Amino acid sequence: MEWANQLCENRQFGSKMTDSKYFTTTKKGEIFELKAELNSDKKEKKKEAVKKVIASMTVGKDVSALFPDVVNCMQTDNLELKKLVYLYLMNYAKSQPDMAIMAVNTFVKDCEDANPLIRALAVRTMGCIRVDKITEYLCEPLRKCLKDEDPYVRKTAAVCVAKLHDINAQLVEDQGFLDTLKDLISDSNPMVVANAVAALSEIAESHPNSNLLDLNPQSINKLLTALNECTEWGQIFILDCLANYTPRDDRESQSICERVTPRLSHANSAVVLSAVKVLMKFMEMLPKDLDYYSTLLKKLAPPLVTLLSAEPELQYVALRNINLIVQKRPEILKHEMKVFFVKYNDPIYVKLEKLDIMIRLASQANIAQVLAELKEYATEVDVDFVRKAVRAIGRCAIKVEQSAERCVSTLLDLIQTKVNYVVQEAIVVIKDIFRKYPNKYESVIATLCENLDSLDEPEARAAMIWIVGEYAERIDNADELLESFLEGFHDESTQVQLQLLTAIVKLFLKKPTETQELVQQVLSLATQDSDNPDLRDRGYIYWRLLSTDPVAAKEVVLAEKPLISEETDLIEPTLLEELICHIGTLASVYHKPPSAFVEGSRGVMHKRLPARTGSGESTESPDVGAAGGSAPEAAPSIIPSQGDLLGDLLNLDMAPPTTSGPPPPSTGMQMGGMDLLGGGLDSLLGGDIGGSPAMGAGFGAAPAVMPASLNAPVGGGLGDLFDLGGVGMPMGAYIPPKIVWLPAMKAKGLEISGTFARRAGVIQMELILTNKAMSVMTDFAIQFNRNSFGLAPAGPLQVLTPLGPNQTIEVSLPLSTVGPVMKMDPLNNLQVAVKNNIDVFYFSCQYPISMLFVEDGKMERQVFLATWKDIPNDNESQFQIKDCHLNSDAASSKLQGSNIFTIAKRTVEGQDMLYMSIKLSNGIWVLAELRVQAGNPNYTISLKCRAPEVSQCVFQCYEAVLKN
Amino acid sequence: MIGGLFIYNHKGEVLISRVYRDDIGRNAVDAFRVNVIHARQQVRSPVTNIARTSFFHVKRSNIWLAAVTKQNVNAAMVFEFLYKMCDVMTAYFGKISEENIKNNFVLIYELLDEILDFGYPQNSETGALKTFITQTGIKSQSKEEQSQITSQVTGQIGWRREGIKYRRNELFLDVLESVNLLMSPQGQVLSAHVSGRVVMKSYLSGMPECKFGMNDKIVIDKQGKGGASEEAAGKSDLGGSGGGGGKQSIAIDDCTFHQCVRLSKFDAERSISFIPPDGECELMRYRTTKDIILPFRVIPLVREVGRTKLEVKVVIKSNFKPSLLAQKIEVRIPTPLNTSGVQVICMKGKAKYKASENAIVWKIKRMAGMKESQISAEIELLPTNDKKKWARPPISMNFEVPFAPSGLKVRYLKVFEPKLNYSDHDVIKWVRYIGRSGIYETRC
Repeated sequence: MEWANQLCENRQFGSKMTDSKYFTTTKKGEIFELKAELNSDKKEKKKEAVKKVIASMTVGKDVSALFPDVVNCMQTDNLELKKLVYLYLMNYAKSQPDMAIMAVNTFVKDCEDANPLIRALAVRTMGCIRVDKITEYLCEPLRKCLKDEDPYVRKTAAVCVAKLHDINAQLVEDQGFLDTLKDLISDSNPMVVANAVAALSEIAESHPNSNLLDLNPQSINKLLTALNECTEWGQIFILDCLANYTPRDDRESQSICERVTPRLSHANSAVVLSAVKVLMKFMEMLPKDLDYYSTLLKKLAPPLVTLLSAEPELQYVALRNINLIVQKRPEILKHEMKVFFVKYNDPIYVKLEKLDIMIRLASQANIAQVLAELKEYATEVDVDFVRKAVRAIGRCAIKVEQSAERCVSTLLDLIQTKVNYVVQEAIVVIKDIFRKYPNKYESVIATLCENLDSLDEPEARAAMIWIVGEYAERIDNADELLESFLEGFHDESTQVQLQLLTAIVKLFLKKPTETQELVQQVLSLATQDSDNPDLRDRGYIYWRLLSTDPVAAKEVVLAEKPLISEETDLIEPTLLEELICHIGTLASVYHKPPSAFVEGSRGVMHKRLPARTGSGESTESPDVGAAGGSAPEAAPSIIPSQGDLLGDLLNLDMAPPTTSGPPPPSTGMQMGGMDLLGGGLDSLLGGDIGGSPAMGAGFGAAPAVMPASLNAPVGGGLGDLFDLGGVGMPMGAYIPPKIVWLPAMKAKGLEISGTFARRAGVIQMELILTNKAMSVMTDFAIQFNRNSFGLAPAGPLQVLTPLGPNQTIEVSLPLSTVGPVMKMDPLNNLQVAVKNNIDVFYFSCQYPISMLFVEDGKMERQVFLATWKDIPNDNESQFQIKDCHLNSDAASSKLQGSNIFTIAKRTVEGQDMLYMSIKLSNGIWVLAELRVQAGNPNYTISLKCRAPEVSQCVFQCYEAVLKN
Repeated sequence: MIGGLFIYNHKGEVLISRVYRDDIGRNAVDAFRVNVIHARQQVRSPVTNIARTSFFHVKRSNIWLAAVTKQNVNAAMVFEFLYKMCDVMTAYFGKISEENIKNNFVLIYELLDEILDFGYPQNSETGALKTFITQTGIKSQSKEEQSQITSQVTGQIGWRREGIKYRRNELFLDVLESVNLLMSPQGQVLSAHVSGRVVMKSYLSGMPECKFGMNDKIVIDKQGKGGASEEAAGKSDLGGSGGGGGKQSIAIDDCTFHQCVRLSKFDAERSISFIPPDGECELMRYRTTKDIILPFRVIPLVREVGRTKLEVKVVIKSNFKPSLLAQKIEVRIPTPLNTSGVQVICMKGKAKYKASENAIVWKIKRMAGMKESQISAEIELLPTNDKKKWARPPISMNFEVPFAPSGLKVRYLKVFEPKLNYSDHDVIKWVRYIGRSGIYETRC
């Protein structure tokens, strides 16, 4: 509104009488003034007032209060005034439906006016007033107008049917307007035909299955005739409608194409693109050995090139479409590379799209030119553009083998520029080049390594790490390089973490002697300290592979990778087909199907290219082979941005395999038999290493107790699952209810549920095995993975009789705490393998840590005090136990049952302070201070421990014990 | 289809807002302002999707025109319509500026009501529109006039009204070409093309049938085979004044025509026949890539003398008939960002270093064909520790020459008006050729 005020001055200076003055009334009370002016007797004054009202409306001011006054001005023979009033009505009728009725009479009258312009205006405006009551009155005038003698009225009425359908579809059907509209397709006036086609097409979209348009050879013929005569816009409506038709055979298809091709010379780009759409679609049906087929192909190229001399916005639309066309039929534009060269002052959106198409068109014939261009682009200013250019050079190398060497040297030149983002982009593409041409360009690795420090983007870091891992045997200081990345492991993005994990495992498999520490470090970082499930899973898989069968690990991790394919970023073929059917539309600009951005059902029908008719020819795209040797034999497969699981295992996540890679040999997991998780690593490491102390902690025989330094925080998460669990104690102590650990579905019919208990100082795993399969199960065995507290079966699993179908057996397995130790996440997680005659099954479960609280956990008071002071305050953690209604004594005795011993009790200001001690099976002491305030159901507990990561688990036990 | 159309000033204040579809609300007006006009980063696409609403925009000086939709519309059509909208507005009130838009807002609403119905573009030819939408208010029309208007707006020849009368029948043809070049430093042509337009201004009575002929290779070859035809006689009618040489025919890569041209006839016989709109229209656009006469050749020599000095020498050679004169010649030699001073010596014209544009601009008013001129410059550079090399943008050129670099010649333009009493010979015809530089660049 500021500008409106400025213009006020214009008027004062007596500037010309122009419309801008209507924007000036912003003062208070203006509505009142306007009202008076609207009701003035003088026609001129009235008109001025209405103009002011419209100006206010434009800037978003609410002038709906003037509704009755404005409507009063409607009865006039001044067409200009009438138009203004109608404009107002369209805006406000919806908010004032009752008053809008006042206008109906005038509308109905106007629809019968002698002047066709007024008749059309009335019917056009009436359709825009979305008020139910008015719609009812619209039907009769509309019916008349659809049959009006004047084509201008008919063409307006045709669109009005679509408007009415949008408001009340049922009404349109009931009134039979659809049939009248269909009749208009045979109208003598081309514009009436075009608008009828547009209206019908729109209505048909919301009735996907109706045969509303009823396209048949006769009606198509009518459309093609009208095509030559109607306005440019009408031609677009007709062509877009034609594109939905499927010809009966190749002859009909050809004759339509012949009549559509002249449109390729139209000055309007939209006409050209819609014609291209029809041709691209109908070409599908032509036999490719037909002369006409190749003529048509030749005819398509020039108009597409001409589109590039249109205004930049249209160029953008054209380029997005050409991108699709080039993927579908590369032969059309294969000689037109030069027109896609980027001009210095193209807008950036045009530049980026051109670059894309250049890569698609790159071939042996033109690669020299393309490379020279790309090198120029890589020195431009716009960062996105430069990056894309660098990436394009890499893609050229992959696409055109003969150029690979030149591309690599160009990339090296670019790396020498030391421009940060250029270097990073270059490294990313060089990684892909290595994937395509292994063992060919490794000499450049040294140069790459020099730039290690400047890499700050995840993708570039990941690529560099991949290269180091892949070629670890040729890089002397590979371990140092990788170690340098490891320092900030947790700050890296997942992509880098995964890559680093894989690279170090590769390095280890290649140079086992020097890198055990490194591999251990990364495995523990990945499995124990990370919250990311993907990373943890991959870590565990590697860990298990390494510990089970290093030979298999080698086979899996160092497996030969399939070469990556030539084409990248191709649109998936079915989507491409659909997008070809949408050439010229928004879908082709977004490269997304309409359903991805259109609300509701309208236009969401999936369109398909027609199949070729005729003698048993396959429906695959006919261009294969037609383009000579250059067309790929099979549809090139697409490299998705995110790999599948198999790809992940094969560390191909940055550029997953083209054919699904060989599945990781499953034998490694199974061949162990009873020695499921045994120390097979020795065979890889050789005897001399097996005994080294460093190995002891991780892979070798486990120490009896857990190393005192567990130096990472516990990730909570899964621990909560067992919150409800209690402490297994005799004498009515709470034992967590049994839960299903292994559902039958995952274990070929074997279902395992169970719980843990501590009975008379012995930890027991209580299992229920149920056979839900049809056959008998025998030969049960159980084994644990290394775990935080060294839990291990103290004896074999006692299932003596075979387990028949539908039989259930309860087994109690005593556990010892002298097994191998490995920190788990969560801490109380236990991974179990159960074997029977059918297979080996894996599951994991969590045990309540209270199971590990030993009976001699009562500390001397003095020792307690000294220890409490001794443990740094950083190790103290505080928790709240809510809604616990025990008094301090009851709590104390309840806790004692679970080997949590109260050493002292103090009462300060009505608050009971209980001091307690706990000793874990591995010798770790936990000291606790429990504060209970009478009448307050919330307890506060402070835990102090030299290994603070157990605190969370201990707290959970407190909660479980106190609440049960 | 188009759901709404908004026009904003550079501040993002809405000047015109017209909603055609119920799915577009007033909030769309704000969404575009916030996400595009006021966006922190320059928007990188002319199509923006905000909350499932697509916005198409074009900018004319500092005015934004935005078309809004929620459907899968024909995107090319929307842009074509926006351009058309600009043309129509220009035809009615001149330059598209904030002031002009405000001064004509009633007119614009009236136009928008007429040329877009429910988001479907309708007849948008100014010739037709001006018959019934005027700035001065609508005069009452007789019944005949009314039906004439409606038949013209909806008719086959929507671009021309009946009953036009001139005392003197006259037509002007302008062949306007822009020649584009990208040349390597070594003088190799990387890409070159001419994009040309034939603009016709006609002041002819009645409904004249016109036929246009040029030295199109396909037509000439056909005639060569088929023997002389009636068109050969027309050859003397309108001789072109070619610049480069006596090329008989040219190969046209592609051409597009104004909607008045009968495309099916062109497709079948390659003849260009039409009834022209009254006044000015762009009859044809074309593109050629073969045998282009490059009016100028730029020979650059850039030498880096140490880290703080550049020596630049540029020679331009004119390559057309010595009798012709090129005009408005301008050579733009980019300089590095860290330029501290420039000394220029040129034999002809004036040269200036423009620090704000990072370029030496060398202007020559006129230059005859087959001549040569030279400029040399010493550029002092400030030492920098910027690792990034100077990108060396290409040297660009502007000029205007009085011939068609493509070699196109108008052979004839014949006019028939069967109903009125004037013949082709009575029509006064003028042809003019202007070749301008498009993007005419030489890398250095």
